[in-house]
Amino acid sequence: MADAANGGLTVSIEDTTGQGVTITQSGQQGAFGGELLTINFGPHHPSTHGVLRLIVDLDGEKVKRVKPVIGYLHTGIEKQMEALRWQQGVVCTDRHDYLSPPINNLAYALAVERLMGVEVPPRAQALRVIMSELTRLSSHLVWLGTSGIELGAMSVLMYCFRERDTIMDMNEEISGFRMHTSYIRPGGVMADATPRFFDLLAKFLREMPGHIDEYEDLLTMNPIWRARTIGIGRLAPEVAKVVGASGPMIRGSGIAWDLRKVMPYSGYENYDFEVATNDGCDCYARYLVRIQEMRESVKILAQAVDRLPDGPVNVDDRKMLPPPREELETSMEAVIHHFKLFTEGYSVPPGDVYVAVESGRGENGCYISSDGTHKPRRVKFRSASFVNLQALERMALDHMVADLVAIIGTADTVLGDVDR
Amino acid sequence: MGLEDLVDSLGQNVLTTTVGKVIGWGRGNSVWPAQFGLACCAIEMISTATAGVDIARFGSEAMRASPRQADLMIVSGRVSQKMAPILRTIYDQMPEPKWVISMGACASTGGVFNNYALLQGVDKVVPVDVYIPGCPPRPEDLLNALMILQERIKAQGIVTR
Ligand code: SF4
Repeated sequence: MADAANGGLTVSIEDTTGQGVTITQSGQQGAFGGELLTINFGPHHPSTHGVLRLIVDLDGEKVKRVKPVIGYLHTGIEKQMEALRWQQGVVCTDRHDYLSPPINNLAYALAVERLMGVEVPPRAQALRVIMSELTRLSSHLVWLGTSGIELGAMSVLMYCFRERDTIMDMNEEISGFRMHTSYIRPGGVMADATPRFFDLLAKFLREMPGHIDEYEDLLTMNPIWRARTIGIGRLAPEVAKVVGASGPMIRGSGIAWDLRKVMPYSGYENYDFEVATNDGCDCYARYLVRIQEMRESVKILAQAVDRLPDGPVNVDDRKMLPPPREELETSMEAVIHHFKLFTEGYSVPPGDVYVAVESGRGENGCYISSDGTHKPRRVKFRSASFVNLQALERMALDHMVADLVAIIGTADTVLGDVDR
Repeated sequence: MGLEDLVDSLGQNVLTTTVGKVIGWGRGNSVWPAQFGLACCAIEMISTATAGVDIARFGSEAMRASPRQADLMIVSGRVSQKMAPILRTIYDQMPEPKWVISMGACASTGGVFNNYALLQGVDKVVPVDVYIPGCPPRPEDLLNALMILQERIKAQGIVTR
């Protein structure tokens, strides 16, 4: 395909139909005299963590260029939220980064609360921290299990999902639903936690450190795991900063950037925990960071349960939250509030606000713009996965194509979060 | 050997049935799903395959990475307009006989997202055998759908579609 007219170079032909795997050759010279091979990786591929499509230029087995093509899971969540009332929007936040629903709820709730100028009671804040940390644990567990499978460690998934299921049971106990809890809402949380929730949590906290040791036994010194991850996918700290990486991606490059520490929210400043970092800059470092983060999450959870304050779990504002059930039977005013809230919703003062929280993947930001009506004018999510994906090419360059799987795995992108 | 003896010994060893029933029994108990995850529901699909619920009890733990080896497509999640043609290609690549489970509200109807981006129900591009409600459905729901499908496959016998 090389011709003299363009200096022996032709652009790689991309599959414009977006269907199946196409292999085309570009005219560029590879190191061994052959041409670069352009292959399509995804969107349906068992190890792309969802529907990610990569156009990869290969020189033999070496990766020379990676171009992610996104949008295969574009759901129009942000647009959808413009059509929903403020309290209904919570439902959509659950579903963009589907591995950390309560943390997304929290970002949205904090943003709405900041515009409305309300402060939730201390018990609600502590419950929010508990749910956030449980979610971080379950998100890391899913990551660990699926990444293990991709590199051939099948049994890790079974262990990880066992613990994830206990977290799901807790979710169900506290909110009535396994995954998309919608538990954290503007103005507080859905309901107070039940005694059974605390029993489950206490048992979980007793057992979890032992389980984390179990995962480490399986992987940390495992020669295959080490060979597949050490020195693979190097992300230099400068590059990590330039692309705006966050979460375990940047902490795996030795930068202690954690929003829970640098911009505390929901009372995170009162908890004693370390920011897990590692100087390895490779896939193995990111793995170690996540394992360490799980241990820190257990620590935070223990502290949160220990000093859980008493009191209400919602702001006392009848314009924002429905009145208690008993009041409806005795008070006409309560009935009116209830009716107004469920037919029209509440309005949020005009203004723009950006609030970011630390999710399992990094900075999960929520920007909302209100024009003072009962629906948002614009909602935008700054998703960690989308930004972290920008680092993919730099990490994958000059690695073998099989290492690409490890690199995508440890980047921990959730495609729902990338495409929204 | 007398005729009576022969009938006796056959009576201990031979089952009479129809070819269709045998095929249905075999197919129904080894439905291999394509490993094809789309969104949130895919996470619950993974948890169906793990030790807690264990889809292996029903002969469907062999998630195939290649559609050419799969009998069942579990559409686990929302299908965007951009993904729909690819989904159809994967379906076309699966050999007959093949079945489709539409897992979750999004795959079945579009769910909460009634908007420009999502296909309002995957049945617009592929024929669906079993729909599962829920957002996401519990792992047990997926097992239930699989069992319903197995009943159908067994009843279907040698006839395909
Ligand atoms: S039905 Fe619910 S859980 Fe399933 S993909 Fe749609 S939004 Fe996600």
